[in-house]
Amino acid sequence: MISLTRRYHFPASHRLHAAQLSEAENERIYGKCNNPFGHGHDYVLEITVCGEVNPATGLLLPIGQLDSFVKEKILNLFAYRNINVDVPEFANLVPTTENVAHVIGNLVQHNWRDFFGDSAIRAARVHLQETERNGFEIFLPVPEIEKSSAQRNESVMVHA
Amino acid sequence: MFITRKAEFSASHFCRAASLNDKENRELFGEEAHPSGHGHNFVVEVSVEGEPDPITGMIIDLKELKDILEREVVTPMDHRFLNYEVEPFNKVIPTTANIALEIWRRLEKQFQSARFHLARVRLFETPDLYVDVVKPANV
Repeated sequence: MISLTRRYHFPASHRLHAAQLSEAENERIYGKCNNPFGHGHDYVLEITVCGEVNPATGLLLPIGQLDSFVKEKILNLFAYRNINVDVPEFANLVPTTENVAHVIGNLVQHNWRDFFGDSAIRAARVHLQETERNGFEIFLPVPEIEKSSAQRNESVMVHA
Repeated sequence: MFITRKAEFSASHFCRAASLNDKENRELFGEEAHPSGHGHNFVVEVSVEGEPDPITGMIIDLKELKDILEREVVTPMDHRFLNYEVEPFNKVIPTTANIALEIWRRLEKQFQSARFHLARVRLFETPDLYVDVVKPANV
């Protein structure tokens, strides 16, 4: 099996605050991340694709295409934005890095086929680094169309 | 259990398909297609999977692992122009994927033991781009 991983960087701000919880509970659970003015990170996003190497080109896919896809569907949405305010998916969702990684995973998954057509290359993994110490990883499920008897396989791992 | 050893080599290359014209190569490979070539500081991480020997406590002697990487990868590729000087890149386009596959081929036979085997080759072309070979395709 061969996979290719490309790393992207985007700065963004967020505030962790759950509307269902009291001020005191928010403060206790999210600590500094609950600061009403928000705060920011330089996020590092890794997208992993897998499939076969095209024997004519030696590529899984042209890197420029992957870059355009990620820029158009992800970076344009998040880079230099306040995630709570500017990204519609977070109108009612706390932008923890778990949730941001999940939303990015869904965006990648849902837009993949429109962008890459019937290419046999698929997006396999999203890894989002909030700081050098916190990373969150999602293994994307194999799309329905490519699934044989394989069970839906989705998991989230948290690295401290 | 995996043990991973890192090695670096600096090499030049370009990526062009002989069957394509200039414009097509440029569209497919971007800046990598410039025919003069350019260089990278490649970083390769090689993972060997096995269980520690009950007496030595080692999966594989690190010195041996280091020597294998040096002999099979670093010495032949470091400070070389891959397209002109390192086989099979006179015939095969030295994309990151193809270089990673070639490193897999060169190393696989070096780690055939009852106790350990080659598990992964991770090749960084830049800090923001790497290819993993976990199980060889077309090898």
